[in-house]
Amino acid sequence: MTLRWDVLLAILSMALATYAIRAGGYAVLRVWRPPRFVEAMLTHMPGCIFIAFILPSLAAGGRWHAMAAAVAVLAMVLTRMLTLSIVLGVAALWLVVG
Amino acid sequence: MTGAVVFTWAGFRHGLRMVLPMLPSFAPFGLVVGVLAAGEGLSLLEATLMSAMVFAGTSQLVALGAWGSPVPILAVTLAVFFVNLRMAPMSAALAPWFHGLRGWRLWTSLFTVTDHSFALSVNEMRRGNRDAAFLLGLGVPGWLWWTFCVAVGHLLAAVIDLRPGHPLLFAGLATLCALLVTLWRGRGDLMPWGVAGALALTVHAMGLGQPWPVLAGALGGSAAGAWRDLRR
Repeated sequence: MTLRWDVLLAILSMALATYAIRAGGYAVLRVWRPPRFVEAMLTHMPGCIFIAFILPSLAAGGRWHAMAAAVAVLAMVLTRMLTLSIVLGVAALWLVVG
Repeated sequence: MTGAVVFTWAGFRHGLRMVLPMLPSFAPFGLVVGVLAAGEGLSLLEATLMSAMVFAGTSQLVALGAWGSPVPILAVTLAVFFVNLRMAPMSAALAPWFHGLRGWRLWTSLFTVTDHSFALSVNEMRRGNRDAAFLLGLGVPGWLWWTFCVAVGHLLAAVIDLRPGHPLLFAGLATLCALLVTLWRGRGDLMPWGVAGALALTVHAMGLGQPWPVLAGALGGSAAGAWRDLRR
């Protein structure tokens, strides 16, 4: 059980940066009333963040990742069961590359 | 959004019930981060501390990729900062809940904003749920479980064979895909989502890694949606 000082400093620095983002994104709105355009943007933010985060990962993963993602999405659309959809997506990938 | 924001045990327990079925899907990713941390020479204490304090898997993975001895503190901090930038607009989008909180309730809730807790919370908020303790109910088990999985990964580093490309590692992305479905509100989302996806893929194709695709897509897509909404 060692704790090196440079590792501890790196961890504290990473933790501080991450918390600053999590808290900062909201803290700005605590003190500043955004214009209507920004408020309208925030209502669209959730889906847009997810799409923009997922698609490049799928593009990097290749066509089998895209196929498995389509299975997970389709399963979720049809059943609305999160766990089942995740399992089916992983199983689909395992079948073709495993 | 009407009515005051509340913060109750019932809301916290509702969050607990929603997150428990999702926990297994975090495990492969946590194990891999633990294995990599062991490979970079971090002790069990250091790996556990990192997960408990940073609590953001993708960024930890990227930071461990830039690790060294002595640790390049500025480089790993910048890597973590950029990978996690997407969380700033997430916290901002949850503002209607956070506006009703003060003190430790506000500052601990902000710590638990992750991709998963964000998606589930946005859905609750859109359904009119005014109980902001829901987010913390999702966050606390997620935080404990994530830290536990990384520690287990570190302990089992010698025997775990989760090499890059292992199908189990797809569980994280599959979870995000399934959560994306829950964020769909109807045909009005098609245009902003399309713009977001096209921008993200374009930036990705230009050879720029995260966070640039997600930032370009999120800002461009939601700006396109806002522009359409306000023109009506």
